Amino acid sequence: MSAPPALVLAGVRKSFGKHEVLRGIDLELAPHEVVCLIGASGSGKSTLLRCVNLLEPVDKGRVLLGGDEITASGVNLDRVRRRVGIVFQAFNLFPHMTVLRNVTLGPTKALGKRRSDAEEDALELLGRFGLADRAADYPDRLSGGQQQRVAIVRALAMEPELMLLDEVTSALDPELVAEVLSVIRELADAGMTMLIATHEMSFARDIASRVCFLDDGVILEEGDPEQIFTAPREPRTQQFLQRIVAAGRL
Amino acid sequence: MNPSGASGRRSTLIALASTLVFAAVLVLVVSNAPGWPAVERAFFNGEVFRESLEVIPEAFLVNVKIFLIAEVLILPFALLIAVLRSLPGPVFFPLRALAVVYADLFRGIPTILVIYLLGFGVPALGLSWLPIDPLFWGLVALVLVYSAYVSEVYRAGIESVHPSQTAAARSLGLSHVKALRFVVLPQAVRRVVPPLLNDFIGLQKDTALVGLLGVVEAFRQSQIEVASTFNYTPYLVTAILFVLLTIPLARLTDWLVARDRRRQLAAGGAL
Repeated sequence: MSAPPALVLAGVRKSFGKHEVLRGIDLELAPHEVVCLIGASGSGKSTLLRCVNLLEPVDKGRVLLGGDEITASGVNLDRVRRRVGIVFQAFNLFPHMTVLRNVTLGPTKALGKRRSDAEEDALELLGRFGLADRAADYPDRLSGGQQQRVAIVRALAMEPELMLLDEVTSALDPELVAEVLSVIRELADAGMTMLIATHEMSFARDIASRVCFLDDGVILEEGDPEQIFTAPREPRTQQFLQRIVAAGRL
Repeated sequence: MNPSGASGRRSTLIALASTLVFAAVLVLVVSNAPGWPAVERAFFNGEVFRESLEVIPEAFLVNVKIFLIAEVLILPFALLIAVLRSLPGPVFFPLRALAVVYADLFRGIPTILVIYLLGFGVPALGLSWLPIDPLFWGLVALVLVYSAYVSEVYRAGIESVHPSQTAAARSLGLSHVKALRFVVLPQAVRRVVPPLLNDFIGLQKDTALVGLLGVVEAFRQSQIEVASTFNYTPYLVTAILFVLLTIPLARLTDWLVARDRRRQLAAGGAL
């Protein structure tokens, strides 16, 4: 029997007040797959990601993580979130903690690891992403790119089975984008399953095994990156990509 | 931003001169007032001043004891009230409501009334297992009143921490309580230290109200002195003692505010 899909979303709906942000999302990720979500601001990319780790409760539909339904009643949210790493657009590092403490907080306080073990693992991870010499610094001493790499390491330290990346380069100065993207590429090469909301089209084209175009709360079109970027079928997808090309982002 | 060089010396001289002129005008106005000789006899009697200095500072130690004990109790109790009020979800509604009622009640009732109600009312119940020491009930009254104020200070701090911090903590699998304890509260408390110390300055002064229950602290002792000398100078002595006690805390508060501003400026470049 083959392994269950890493993630399944079935008919997921989510409203904020009267505004329905997600209007029936169906999506499936195989283990080690990297899926990029593209689409205009407000199309529901962030909300979709936040529904996967239950930061937002879904109104309707089901989410299955590694075969377990996490939208069932009585599911322990904290246990689910320990299995899913999320990286935010604005980093959201803890400003009152050193880089090392940022990374070890989850493993020590949520997983109950011993502090010395957690620090050892954290230093190894930081070293892997060129941040070993920043371990004792506070986040406000770091560049944006370094902060976002720390945020990625913080999520990785939980040894998640799935990573969610929410526009992780959107808040960065252009010259800092590359260092963060190369970290993500490294994760993809290591086999991490990832769901990535992004505006970096050339990056999506390069890294994704599949690209989904989100429009007004539904996945309007999905396919392999070549097909989506060179021969989109839907007129809305064509329109969106034309605007991106015009803005010099592809 | 230390004034330096010639312009610095010049502004120091100007400040000095204007202060002297101001003080001279004040002295002239007061000492030429028609009632001044009587006021001078009543409030500035050197002999009574010296006599008061022998008894009032000792009584003042009672005030110091009251506010030190009160502060130690207020810090955790007020934090508990603030945390109760920040609990999410319908399950915790009763606790949230209780915290709101508490804060409204004890900020609403004048402190002096709380002290009278507890200090005279509770011992009158005649419950033998309750303490009847007026010092005890005065202390309880101050803790209840000031915890209501300080809990609001804490709450403002908690609400000033951006929700994305909680989201980041919860996304690591930390429970609500752990997110509060390790991520939100440390940032919140740091931000509210200056307004919190400000409330403590108010508390230090209000320890004098405990004297109304018959506890011989500085204010009560000065009343006794006034009654035996027919002179108000002991009040002046007590006032000076309270001011001397407040100054260090006030300067500490200023220093903390200035330090926070420097830090924000230093961090601003990296953000």
